[in-house]
Amino acid sequence: MAIRSFFVPFLLFGLYFYSSLSPVLSLYEDQVGLMDWHQQYIGKVKQAVFSTQKTGRRRVIVSTEENVIASLDLRHGEIFWRHLLGSDDVIDGIDIGLGKYVITLSSGGSILRSWNLPDGQMVWESYLQGPKHSKSFLLVPTNLKIEKDSVIVVFSNGRLHAVSCIDGEVLWKKDFEAESFEVQQVIKPPGSDLIYVVGFAASSQFEMYQINGRNGELLKHESTTFSSGFLGEVSLVSSETVVALDSTGSILLTISFQNGEISFQQTPISNLYEHFSGPAIIIPSSVPGIFAIKTNAITIFIRVIGEGMLEVAEKTNHETAISDSLPLSEGQQAFALIQHAGSEIHLAVKLAHDWDGNLLKESIKMNQQRGLVHKVFINNYIRTDKSHGFRVLIVMEDHSLLLLQQGTIVWSREDGLASIIDVTTSELPVERDGVSVAKVEHNLFEWLKGHMLKLKGTLMLASPEDVALIQSMRLKSSEKSKMTRDHNGFRKLLIVLTRAGKLFALHTGDGHIVWSHLLRSLHKSEPCQSPIGLNLYQWQVPHHHAMDENPSVLVVSRCGPSSDAPGVLSFIDTYTGNELSSLSLAHAVAQVIPLPYTDSTEQRLHLLIDSDKHAHLYPKTSEALSIFKREFSNIYWYSVEGHNGIIKGHALKYECTGKVADEFCFDTRELWSVVFPSESEKIIATVTRKLNEVVHTQAKVIADQDVMYKYISKNLLFVVTVAPKGCGEIGSVTPEESWLVAYLIDTVTGRILHRVTHHGAQGPVHAVFSENWVVYHYFNLRAHRYELSVIELYDQSRADNKDVWKLVLGKHNLTSPISLFSRPEVITKSQSYFFTHSVKAIAVTSTAKGITSKQLLIGTIGDQVLALDKRFLDPRRSVNPTQAEKEEGIIPLTDSLPIIPQSYVTHALRVEGLRGIITVPAKLESTTLVFAHGVDLFFTQLAPSRTYDSLTEDFNYALLLITIVALVAAIFVTWRLSERKELQEKWR
Amino acid sequence: MEKGKGVMGSGQRWAVDFSDNSTAPSSRDILDPLGFTRASVDQDDSTVSRQKKDAESNWKAQKAWEVAQAPFKNLLMMGFMMWMAGNTVHLFSIGITFSALWQPISALQGVGKVFEPYKDSKVELLGPKLLFIALNLGGLALGVWKLNTLGLLPTHASDWVSSLPPAQEVEYSGGGIPI
Repeated sequence: MAIRSFFVPFLLFGLYFYSSLSPVLSLYEDQVGLMDWHQQYIGKVKQAVFSTQKTGRRRVIVSTEENVIASLDLRHGEIFWRHLLGSDDVIDGIDIGLGKYVITLSSGGSILRSWNLPDGQMVWESYLQGPKHSKSFLLVPTNLKIEKDSVIVVFSNGRLHAVSCIDGEVLWKKDFEAESFEVQQVIKPPGSDLIYVVGFAASSQFEMYQINGRNGELLKHESTTFSSGFLGEVSLVSSETVVALDSTGSILLTISFQNGEISFQQTPISNLYEHFSGPAIIIPSSVPGIFAIKTNAITIFIRVIGEGMLEVAEKTNHETAISDSLPLSEGQQAFALIQHAGSEIHLAVKLAHDWDGNLLKESIKMNQQRGLVHKVFINNYIRTDKSHGFRVLIVMEDHSLLLLQQGTIVWSREDGLASIIDVTTSELPVERDGVSVAKVEHNLFEWLKGHMLKLKGTLMLASPEDVALIQSMRLKSSEKSKMTRDHNGFRKLLIVLTRAGKLFALHTGDGHIVWSHLLRSLHKSEPCQSPIGLNLYQWQVPHHHAMDENPSVLVVSRCGPSSDAPGVLSFIDTYTGNELSSLSLAHAVAQVIPLPYTDSTEQRLHLLIDSDKHAHLYPKTSEALSIFKREFSNIYWYSVEGHNGIIKGHALKYECTGKVADEFCFDTRELWSVVFPSESEKIIATVTRKLNEVVHTQAKVIADQDVMYKYISKNLLFVVTVAPKGCGEIGSVTPEESWLVAYLIDTVTGRILHRVTHHGAQGPVHAVFSENWVVYHYFNLRAHRYELSVIELYDQSRADNKDVWKLVLGKHNLTSPISLFSRPEVITKSQSYFFTHSVKAIAVTSTAKGITSKQLLIGTIGDQVLALDKRFLDPRRSVNPTQAEKEEGIIPLTDSLPIIPQSYVTHALRVEGLRGIITVPAKLESTTLVFAHGVDLFFTQLAPSRTYDSLTEDFNYALLLITIVALVAAIFVTWRLSERKELQEKWR
Repeated sequence: MEKGKGVMGSGQRWAVDFSDNSTAPSSRDILDPLGFTRASVDQDDSTVSRQKKDAESNWKAQKAWEVAQAPFKNLLMMGFMMWMAGNTVHLFSIGITFSALWQPISALQGVGKVFEPYKDSKVELLGPKLLFIALNLGGLALGVWKLNTLGLLPTHASDWVSSLPPAQEVEYSGGGIPI
């Protein structure tokens, strides 16, 4: 027993050692912000309402194209509060009611909500229904009251509602059921209780309804027919006059409905502007007495001078933007006008009735990378000398938001980053003498002070103030944001392409924007009317022999939404952000296939497939061609045709036939096709492995030193089909009529390696494919729960390689190249588990050598990222694992996957509107970099098996130092003691 | 008696010599007492000393056997320790296993030294030596066996394939849903 008790401490030590090995990813409070950063955005502003009446905090309420309602600080542009509505709940209008409620109308005018202005709490919500779909309008008149109740007037779904501002109760409603009536404006003239609803019926009839705002009673209904019809929108020029265009876009119609009498006035545009040709469009605005039309590249401002007479106020061929009118005192209305002139913008604030005079005229230097001004919002303030000052909020082409005041940009927000389309990464330049950008500490004293503080901190002598100082020093460490490559590969550039066609380079250290570039090739131009950025690819990643070249990325874009519109390629230097070159292609871009070959300058070969299934090789150099020709017979491609449920495999044939001879163009021929029966299956998801994923080994060692060989192939496609009925929302079908089929298809030969049917399951499906496994997420209708399933593939044909001597001597063919045309013997193992969350995105960690164990990164419905060990999704889990299996690390099987609160990598933060998670390996094997983007951006470092190859941030250096010092001292002391003793001994 | 002295002198700090020194020729510089003649006693004792030498060699042989058997106890102790340490790899079991490997090796290196005190022309040391070596080899085998049970010996296929890179594929295929 004595010996047993002697062993107990050892066993405890062993247990402790073991428990500390199981990865728990939680952070300490003071580690937040060291490795991670979080940025909040709102997206491109659609509408802005200022709230500056009160002496309190000045703010602006905005609604955006990302479906965000936010309250921004007017002084700094920070977010006070923010709400992200669902993607099917698009905001139609916002306003401020009673000076303390933010009123929003969304979901095509069917949901009206009120939010508390100071803190953004929701006050009430009303559902507004109507007989038919229509445009929706939100009006918050200041002077309309029903029994002391302030009223909100909403026109939506063909019905006019008056809603109480206090509790959202519908006070009255009036239907507009006329079949073809299309509402164009809802007007509430100030100073009366009347509401006008004007619109078109049967495309050539102008209708006007006059309604009593107190009770919804229809007072008058007039209609007039205008034979040549109407085009587009109408512009309101006074409370009882609108301007419209006829269907040819060449005649302006001034329609006034004073006192319920409709009167037309026609003015051909050519009378106003002699060089007029082609149709014009009305720029929507609501400035009294003035409207603007645009024809070709010319903007014409037209004044309405009584009785429908029109007069040109100004013609300009500069890009212009005009704000809505802002009521000033004494019934005056002001508006802002912005014109581009070279690198400057000219801001003019004018009174509505006085075009020639300016209340304010400023020119502001504007960064060319922001593009054109898209929207202008104006607000005024009273200066100390009682005159009016103006501030202007502008929305730029790159979706950024700027506040202009007194001729300067007070603040700017890069809200383009809220809508990222694609992300890739790039290395930073190598540190050389003279290249280093890092700032040296201010002076010696500062430097010494910093180090003294740090020393105090390690020796635990620091006071709370010192601790706070040390923490801020840690967070602001210049080491993090250096512009050079670091040893561990933590510092990189994230290259992101936004919907606005702007390319940003973000530093992974602290998330600052290194450069941004509005792509010239994504600008509107003659041949390319509406360019859309599609994807980013790593074009050139120099290493080894091409070290002097800068890395570059390829941006693939397309001229227009249709799939056969011609493509545009641009090549961007990732160090500087300069556009190296751009190519306007003659062909469309249906698919971009990065090939696993690079040329001598490390440019990656890309194959672009056009809509006619021709393959085009880029870069167009003879060297690339010779490399390509060498591998020609081994290159295949496949296409997934989701609409008709066919997957086709193709091989390349020599040279394009017809037209001009082009040696970089290749014909293709169909090799195989997998046709899914359209009455029972519909493709809803396809996933492949990441092209750059590194796998360390093909063998998996299982309990008792046994080996299983993974089936690792880059040419595997995971396809999920569902029953066509089950494509709708969850719960819209019964379990009997819904099923989900998962396929694993070899994309070279078209062989189906595995097929599994989940009865009673429904999409949406999110999946991730890595190494030899695929994990997918779907809804189980029978269990009423989400499920995660895993399929692992093993190669049975290699399973016999178990002779140790053959392996020792290397007499095996496990590493020799294999052809997919040899018949593989694949066995699969799979398992399913319940999972609590619905999922927005799934990714998997990736490391430099692929040795570190993997974690799944699950973007949950709560906009957080959850790290889940792959060990939980191991098909070899069983309810009672044997001792050997336990030692191997197999977790006993449970019906559902655990959600450990500490394993949220986003800790307390939320990545609003999460859309994608990207993982990038660092140079340090244990660590992977994670970037999650949605409306917000979040970046962090993860070590799925802890940082086994480096000391952690919280390593106790003090203890190590003290131990070393103590040991040295002990050695010295004992040496002296022994020497003295020896001497005494000799004297005895 | 030189042999006896040798025992005393070879690295041992002290020894209690129970044999009667009175007949030994005076190795010290102290003179014999008056009236005492050593020569006569010496002659009488020659048979006694032979007998004594025989006893000593017997004793040596016995001792050598004892020394040769000593590792057996060690072996049992080691076996017990190993059983206690269990079959999982951690600090303690590794320590035990390596000491179990190291002890026989160091003992085998010093076989000559261990049996040096019992070297005698009349004492047959080969038997004890062989036993000693055999027992130590047994200890070593036990250590190796333990190492194997801990899974630290590359005797399985898994130990040789665990870092084999995946085989390269000849074909390459890309594509997907048209963008």
